Amino acid sequence: MSDIDSQDDSNMSADDAEKPSKDGHIGEQSVSGPGGTPKTSLLEARDPDAFDKPTLITTRSRLAKDFRFRVMCILTACASVLILVFLLGSILGAGIPTLSWTLLTGTPEPEPENAGMWPALMGTLWVCTMCALITLPLGIGTAILIEEFTPRNRIARQVLALIQLNITNLAGVPSVVYGILGLTAFVSMFSLFDNSDNADGPSMEVGAVYYDQFSNVASDPFIDTGDTEAEERYFLFPVETRDAPSTVPKTGMLAYENSEGGLKEVEIIAIDPFADDAPTDADALSRTIDSTSDPGRISEKQWYYLRLPFGRGVVAGALTLMLVILPVIIISTQESLRAVPGTLRAGALGLGATPWQVVWNVTLPSAIPGIMTGSILAMSRAIGETAPILIIAGIVYIRSAPQHLMDDYTVMPLQIYNWTSRPQEEFHNIAAGGIVILLAILLTFNAVAVLIRHRMQNKLN
Amino acid sequence: MSSALSKAKSPELEAKVQKLLERQKKNLSWVRLREKGIFLCLIGCGLFSLLITGSIIFVLTSETITFFRFEEVTLGNFLLSTEWTPLLGNTKSFGIWALISGTLLVTAIAMLLALPLGLVTAIYLSEYAPRRVRSTLKPILEILAGIPTVVYGFFALMTITPFLQWCYDGFNIYNAMSAGIAVGILCFPTVCSLAEDALQAVPSSLRDGAFGLGGTRFDATIKVILPAALSGIISAFLLAIARAIGETMIVALAAGSRAHVTINPGDEVQTMTGYMVQIAGGDVSNFGIEYYSMYAVAFTLFLITLSLTMIGNRIRKKYRETYD
Repeated sequence: MSDIDSQDDSNMSADDAEKPSKDGHIGEQSVSGPGGTPKTSLLEARDPDAFDKPTLITTRSRLAKDFRFRVMCILTACASVLILVFLLGSILGAGIPTLSWTLLTGTPEPEPENAGMWPALMGTLWVCTMCALITLPLGIGTAILIEEFTPRNRIARQVLALIQLNITNLAGVPSVVYGILGLTAFVSMFSLFDNSDNADGPSMEVGAVYYDQFSNVASDPFIDTGDTEAEERYFLFPVETRDAPSTVPKTGMLAYENSEGGLKEVEIIAIDPFADDAPTDADALSRTIDSTSDPGRISEKQWYYLRLPFGRGVVAGALTLMLVILPVIIISTQESLRAVPGTLRAGALGLGATPWQVVWNVTLPSAIPGIMTGSILAMSRAIGETAPILIIAGIVYIRSAPQHLMDDYTVMPLQIYNWTSRPQEEFHNIAAGGIVILLAILLTFNAVAVLIRHRMQNKLN
Repeated sequence: MSSALSKAKSPELEAKVQKLLERQKKNLSWVRLREKGIFLCLIGCGLFSLLITGSIIFVLTSETITFFRFEEVTLGNFLLSTEWTPLLGNTKSFGIWALISGTLLVTAIAMLLALPLGLVTAIYLSEYAPRRVRSTLKPILEILAGIPTVVYGFFALMTITPFLQWCYDGFNIYNAMSAGIAVGILCFPTVCSLAEDALQAVPSSLRDGAFGLGGTRFDATIKVILPAALSGIISAFLLAIARAIGETMIVALAAGSRAHVTINPGDEVQTMTGYMVQIAGGDVSNFGIEYYSMYAVAFTLFLITLSLTMIGNRIRKKYRETYD
């Protein structure tokens, strides 16, 4: 900072340095001239070039200075355009050749040529949709509270001022700090819900069914099935909770089997390989389970599956992004509410409307284009936000799109970061391809926002 | 009015009016209830933002205290030492200055680029540019501001670093210079739009006055408008610095991961944010000492950026030249 200032100063002082030589000369002239009263000389002693020297030379040098500054300005502005062109050019140059259908719809395989970002794309969709659903009502509500309700007493006024100050400061908090907050508040929930017996799992969950999975004896090497061949089948026994004791299969029990039309009930036969013989009938054999084998505990989760603490799931990511973009949405909504002319409000109040009726029927409808523009821009920020997601989700290898609200996920910027930080050149290229996809989405968002704003301006005019 | 109506018309109508009035009354009480309910909801929304701040402070403080409870860590070591070696088995040292110096180096390079460029472009946009140029440049700046930081990180690592190495051999693959330049490009639109807002807020009567006295555009800008907009410009600078200090993905990708005190821009450095990403993205066990060191670093970062933001906003409010 100080470096910059001194640089600016030195630029200016270099300009100033050539000025006094001319100015000093002219200053003498004017003092010795008839107009040189003691008063002007006093003023000139204070600031020699603040006042009139309307000679040709000075004007010309000042005009020259103005011209030089204008050229410098134009060059700087061109530089900013050049930077953008260079940035986009280098990324598009590397990214466009790698664009392919696989990149869009594939999974992040370890081989760069087969790798794609479908899970990341869906992750971004899930997280950002949830984030928007949570943040928009909260943010718009806060902005309405600050802008539209005049506090009646001193305490209310102070609370509103505090909220306003707080939002301004929240907007300056680095997003990585929000990631840290999300890690404690949403992922582990202050360790409030840790259960003593099983430290890994959640302590409370809704919407999950657990099964014990057995395979039939067809591929069991310890069982002599004779000549009978049977295809491999898997049977599921529902269990009460995640850590319930394993099911012991018995002949005649009903088990579920995954089939094309969903779960199907099947009667099973359980044998002890050391005591019993395997059935010789192919159908019976395919339904036979080794009763001494250990089942695998699998779970089926509904889309509304909920657990506490949230863990590294979609909800935790959405809530963390909510922290990041809430101040942005509040500030932009405030601005568009402020732009609504006060006469509209006064008119509605004069007709006997209550404060909320004014807000709902008058202010909000006129402010909605501005609010939408701000919200879309905030959402595009949420889509591009990497650091907080990286902090709470870590770099995990995700092969499928999220299936429920607590599912593990990755987002597009995180996938790009992952690919960029690998040493192989090929991954850098597909990272560039990923960036092109990401930028295309963001540019669409921005274009929509600009379009809405443009339309609104036309309407107002 | 109802009595007047009922006098004039039949009792049928009177009953009707009475009914309407009653409904109106019911309606009104419901409206009042709804009004109260909605107001309470809105207050809840407002208090939620206070809750966020409260929980940031609570989380960072409590977890930082846990960090200092570890016997390997002392406050003196944290505040005074310049060695940051949390991942070295037996010789762990937590001297925050190693990370702060890396952050400051990257930020200094970024600001050296972003502040003068941003200010001059803001002056151009506000004072010189014809309307058509303005209406093309502003969207370009908005696009620059909307590009995700991870893209700038990619740009730094894949374009700026090779270019720097081509210019001069001494640059490491990961270096502070390349990260600093990318952070500078990132902050440039911020500086520019905030400074332009400040310049635009100066009333045009001041400008006209300067022109009327025979000043050129340059005179008007440097001697009248810049001093009048100074508080806004300084606050824009401070906000940009806060943004650069908190920038994460660029430094995580391009600056490297060796925490040490240096002023050599070609050297690998680690910033506070870079360290947090390294810990969060790595295989460090949860609830170990490295995990908690992340909170201590975040606390330091939060204090620095919060004070910069607060000072910036205060300067803008307090020293604003007001013209009525």
